[in-house]
Amino acid sequence: MSELLQFLLSGVTVGAVYALVALGFTIIYNASDVVNFAQGEFVMLGGMITVMAYTAGAPLPLAALVAIVATAALGVAMNKLAIEPARGAPVVSLVIITIGVSIFIRGVAQLVFGKQIHTFPAFSGDDPLHILGATILPQSLWVIGGAVAVFVGLWAFFTRTLLGRAVLATSNNRLAAQLVGINTPFVMTLSFALSAGIGALAGVLVTPITMTSYDVGLAFALKGFAAAMLGGMGNPKGALVGGFLLGVLEGLTAGYISSQYKDAAAFIVILGVLFFLPQGLFGRKSTDRV
Amino acid sequence: MRLTPKSATLLALVVLIALAPIFFPSGFYYRVGALIFVNALAVTGIVILTGWAGQISLGHAGFAGIGAYACALAPVHWGIHPALAVLLGAAISAVLAWLVGRPILRLKGYYLGVASLGMGILISMVLNNERELTRGPDGIDVADLGLRGLLKGAGLDLSNGQFWYFFCGLVLILGAWLALNLRDSATGRALRALHGSEVAAKTVGMDVTKLKLQAFVISAVYASISGSLLALQNKFITPDVAGFMHSVEMVTMAVLGGVSSVAGAIFGAAVLTLLPQVLTVFAEYEQLVLGAVMVLVMIFLREGVVPSIQRKIRGRGE
Repeated sequence: MSELLQFLLSGVTVGAVYALVALGFTIIYNASDVVNFAQGEFVMLGGMITVMAYTAGAPLPLAALVAIVATAALGVAMNKLAIEPARGAPVVSLVIITIGVSIFIRGVAQLVFGKQIHTFPAFSGDDPLHILGATILPQSLWVIGGAVAVFVGLWAFFTRTLLGRAVLATSNNRLAAQLVGINTPFVMTLSFALSAGIGALAGVLVTPITMTSYDVGLAFALKGFAAAMLGGMGNPKGALVGGFLLGVLEGLTAGYISSQYKDAAAFIVILGVLFFLPQGLFGRKSTDRV
Repeated sequence: MRLTPKSATLLALVVLIALAPIFFPSGFYYRVGALIFVNALAVTGIVILTGWAGQISLGHAGFAGIGAYACALAPVHWGIHPALAVLLGAAISAVLAWLVGRPILRLKGYYLGVASLGMGILISMVLNNERELTRGPDGIDVADLGLRGLLKGAGLDLSNGQFWYFFCGLVLILGAWLALNLRDSATGRALRALHGSEVAAKTVGMDVTKLKLQAFVISAVYASISGSLLALQNKFITPDVAGFMHSVEMVTMAVLGGVSSVAGAIFGAAVLTLLPQVLTVFAEYEQLVLGAVMVLVMIFLREGVVPSIQRKIRGRGE
C-alpha cells in the first residue's frame, strides 16, 4: 500500500511538471494555432540559466527570476523572429520552424553550458517528509504547488482581467478581435512570453529533483504534448488534468513494469488518445472550414 | 527533343553518379558518396511524405533503425540472407507505419509529427535497452551482403568503397525513378491536390486518409531500406541510426534542398552529408546549424534551394 502511495506521489510530482509544460503549449496553441515543439527547451533553459546565475554567485530566488525573465524574453524573440515572418504558412512549415528553433536552442545550450548534468540545491532542504509510510521531498511540494498556482493565476487572468479576455478573444477569432480594436500582435507577444515563462518556471522547480542537461527539452516537449492531448488540445483545465494523469501513469509504469520504459507511457498515451479519444477528455470536436 | 523534368532529373543523377568518381582525389570519397546516396534515399521518402502529402514525421529514423537491425539480427537468429533481411525490415516498417498512421492521419497535420516523434523515441529506446538482443548502445556487427564476392567471381573486381558507391547509387536511381513515377501517377497527383487543400480534395471524393497513409507507408519503406544499406556497408550498426537527431537530419536535408523536389532531396542530402566530412568542427555545431537551416529556409526560401534555382533558370515558365 505504501509502495503504491510512493509511486503515486512521484507520479504526481512529475505530473505537475508535465501540466506546466502542457499549459505553456495550450497558451501558444490557443493564441496562434501553432504547436510549439520548442516548449521543452524553455524548461531546459529555466533550469540551466538558474544554474548559471547561481554558480555566478546570485542568490537562488534571484537566479530563478533571471532565468524566467530571460526565457520569457527568448520566447518573445522566437515569436518575432521565427513565427511571425511565417504567418499564414501551412501547419507543416510551422512545425518545421518550431522544431528548428528547438534544435537551435539545444545546439546553443550545448555550446554554452556543455554536456554535463547540472543541478542546484532544493529550495527547502532535502529531508524527505513521511506520509503514511511513503516519502516525499519538500521540493516536490514546491513543484505541485507551482503547477496549481500557475493554473489558478491563469484562470484568474483569462476570466477576470480585460487583457486576459483579449487573449481569449484573439484565440477565438483573430480577425474579429482585430476589428474590435484588440492589439493582436501584442497578444501574441504576451502569449509567447507567458508560455516561455511558465516553461522556465517548470524547469526551475524540477531541476533540484531531476537535474538538467542541454538535451532534456525534447522529452518534456513530448510529454507536455501528450498531456495536452490527453486533456484536449487548447483546454487549460485539460492540460492540468492531463499532466497529472500522465505523471501518475508514468510513476506506476516505472514502479510496476519497468523504469527503463517509463518514458514509453507518454507515447502509449498519445496513441491511445488518438485511437479512442481524439478530442481528449475535455476537448470539443472541430471541423475545418473552407 | 525537350526533356521532361522527370527524365532531366534522372539523367542528371545518372551522369553525376557515373562521372563523379573521376574527380575523387582518394578512395575515401567513394565512401562519402555512398553515404550521400543512402541519406538521399531516405530523404526522397520524406519528399513523398512531407512535400507531396503535406505530413511531417519526426521519427523516420525509427524506420531506418528497423531496416538496419533487421539486417543485423535476422541473418544471425533466423539464418535469413541479408538481402532478404532488407525486405523483411522494409515489410516490418511498412506494417508499423500503417498501424501507427491509420488512426492518426485522420487528424490535423501536427499529430503525425508528435506521434512519430514518440514512435521514434520508443524504437531507439528498445534498441538501446534490449541488450540481450541488440547488444545495446555499443552497437552490433552486421553480416556481409555477399554481392561483392559474387561480382568478383563474375570477373568484376571492385574495392569495398567502389562497390558500395555504385550499389547505393543504383538503389538511389531506382528510388528516385519510382518516386518520380509516383509523382505523376493518379495517386501522386491526388496527394499533391490534398496538400493544396484537404477540404477541397475531400469534397471531390478523394479518400484523403488513405492517400496520406499510402505516402506514410511508402516513405517508411524508403527510410527502412536506407537504414539497411547503411548497416550493410558499415558491417556494424549502433542505435544512433534510430535516434532523434537522425530524424531531424532527414527533415533538414529535405527542407534545405526543397521539400517537394526529388532533385532537392538529393542536393540537401549531399550538402549536409558533406559538411561534417569537410568541416571537422561541424560536430560541435551540428544541432545549431541544422536548427538554423530549418528556420531560415522555411522563412526566406520556403520552396528550398533547388526549386528556387530551377525557377530562376526557367524564368516564369514551369
